[in-house]
Amino acid sequence: MSGMVEKRGLSYWMIHAGMILGVLLIFFPIWLAFVASTVSQADIVKPPMPLWPGDQFFENYRRALFSGVNAPVAVMLLNSAVMAIGIAVGKIIISLLSAFAIVYFRFPCRQLVFWLIFLTLMLPVEVRIVPTYEVVARFGMLNSYSGLIFPLIASATATFLFRQFFMTIPDELAEAARVDGSRPMRFFVDILLPMSRTNIAALFVILFIYGWNQYLWPLLITTDPQMNTIVMGIKQMFPSGDDFADWPVIMATSLLAMIPPVFVVILMQKLFVRGLMESEK
Amino acid sequence: MATITLDNVHKKFGDTEVIHGVSIEIAEGEFIVIVGPSGCGKSTLLRMVAGLETVTAGEVRIAGARVNETEPMDRDIAMVFQNYALYPHMSVFDNMAYGLKIARVPQPEIRDRVAAAAEMLQLEAFLNRKPRELSGGQRQRVAMGRAIVRKPKAFLFDEPLSNLDAKLRVQMRLEIKDLQKELGITSLYVTHDQVEAMTLADRMIVMNEGVAEQVGRPLDVYSNPGTEFVAGFIGSPATNFLSAEAVGESGRGAAKLGIRPEHARLCKPESGFVRGRMTYAEALGAETLLHLRLPDGALFTLRQDGGGSIPHEGDDCGIIWEERNQLLFLPDGGRL
Ligand SMILES: Nc1ncnc2c1ncn2[C@@H]1O[C@H](COP(=O)(O)OP(=O)(O)OP(=O)(O)O)[C@@H](O)[C@H]1O
Ligand SMILES: [Mg+2]
Repeated sequence: MSGMVEKRGLSYWMIHAGMILGVLLIFFPIWLAFVASTVSQADIVKPPMPLWPGDQFFENYRRALFSGVNAPVAVMLLNSAVMAIGIAVGKIIISLLSAFAIVYFRFPCRQLVFWLIFLTLMLPVEVRIVPTYEVVARFGMLNSYSGLIFPLIASATATFLFRQFFMTIPDELAEAARVDGSRPMRFFVDILLPMSRTNIAALFVILFIYGWNQYLWPLLITTDPQMNTIVMGIKQMFPSGDDFADWPVIMATSLLAMIPPVFVVILMQKLFVRGLMESEK
Repeated sequence: MATITLDNVHKKFGDTEVIHGVSIEIAEGEFIVIVGPSGCGKSTLLRMVAGLETVTAGEVRIAGARVNETEPMDRDIAMVFQNYALYPHMSVFDNMAYGLKIARVPQPEIRDRVAAAAEMLQLEAFLNRKPRELSGGQRQRVAMGRAIVRKPKAFLFDEPLSNLDAKLRVQMRLEIKDLQKELGITSLYVTHDQVEAMTLADRMIVMNEGVAEQVGRPLDVYSNPGTEFVAGFIGSPATNFLSAEAVGESGRGAAKLGIRPEHARLCKPESGFVRGRMTYAEALGAETLLHLRLPDGALFTLRQDGGGSIPHEGDDCGIIWEERNQLLFLPDGGRL
């Protein structure tokens, strides 16, 4: 008996050691980026690469945040945040409403509408980018938040997920609300929304990161550096040809760009866990 | 409190008609039970009264006013669902108060009415809990409470007890009956359990395949069933049916003869109306159920008091009954 415990103890530690090793391996590039963001340009270009942080931390990050290469990183972070939150919130609102309509209302061509929405899953941004650009340009939405957000806001995936979730809610609940005097929008706000809150939290994380990582679309429609988003900004910092690259500032920018998504994940993770623990029977 | 009238109500789903014209006048404060086998249209009928299904033809009136086109909320009824349909994210208090909040009842009055209902249903200790933290019986009570606080014109129940265990079912049955008596609110109650129907109903509607076969007080329906179906459905163990020919009763056109288990007695094989071979006996203490195999192969159930002598398996017996207790039915199932 004790032998078994010992054996389990041993494999327990082995597994942990393995996992720690794995984490270190994955973490190593991030560590290198961090180190690069704390030393001077001269230290980086001179081999071997430094493995421990230097003394330029504040200097590099100050330069990145407030002057950057093309536009200050602070401005780009703000642009990205507005875009990512706009996309996530907009997608959630629209898909909640369309799922509500599809599941709870009997209107002509309901199935057709559902399949049309479903079909758009097969048309990612890149495929419809030229006509979308045309439309946005004609609406005069280039270099604006609305231009960044609106074309990306429709979401077949989220609509589909909410539809599946709404269909698991027993009909009796909607009927009880109807007998209680709840009109459709009231039922939506009072009953469906609170019941969907864990799904909403999960989708928010996914959609925020989706919005944050948009590259091609912002690149296409923002020409004004003041409207650049962080992800495209990083790419634009890379030198073309023989230009001089300010690697410490680029690395500092990259690390700054990681912070908001990580923050959102950690914040929402709490909601997830709580949602899971008090999930309905 | 109000009267409810169904006037030749029909319901079609697409091309199939599932309710073929049901009429009944329900008096104020009356407790009506709709009973029938699964799929006969009980729920559909109830949901038409609630306004959750449209009425294809005929008229539903509540307190004399036609409500065919009225939304459920404007009919001033409350419904208790089979699976309770409690709002899972709301506390017991909020579940009961939700309808009042929508009706813009002032806060203090909401509190009073919920408190009164909670006291009546012994739910005071649970007002802050969520439905998932309650037992089945408690959830059932919350669903009742939600109906009570509204002070509706009528209660509609759709098999409210079918998810409870047998003991709790008996207890809740009594509570519902008491509550309804106390409040005096007109009630329509759907069940497929004939014991519930017999014990709860002032009058009951026995339904079969979308038709109200008989409407009447439980004991009247029991002792004087209008059709072969009602005779077979109400009563446990079920009525025995014999072909009228075999017992020499085919005279006035009867096709079948029904005799309830408690009305038949055993006698000598020669003097019985029919013969049966004893197959098995269920001694339940206060009573004994004897099952006999008739010459045509059918089983005949006979109920006698617990003390009586029980024939041996395989014995030939005669079965006899008093003529006034026999029920004669026509070939189309109607009563002679
Ligand atoms: N939405 C619907 N569409 C088509 N047919 C339906 C619909 N609802 C009910 N039916 C049919 O109507 C008939 C009556 O159904 P109903 O639910 O009223 O039966 P019930 O007597 O309540 O049965 P149970 O005791 O099993 O609940 C059934 O044959 C059913 O298949
Ligand atoms: Mg039913």
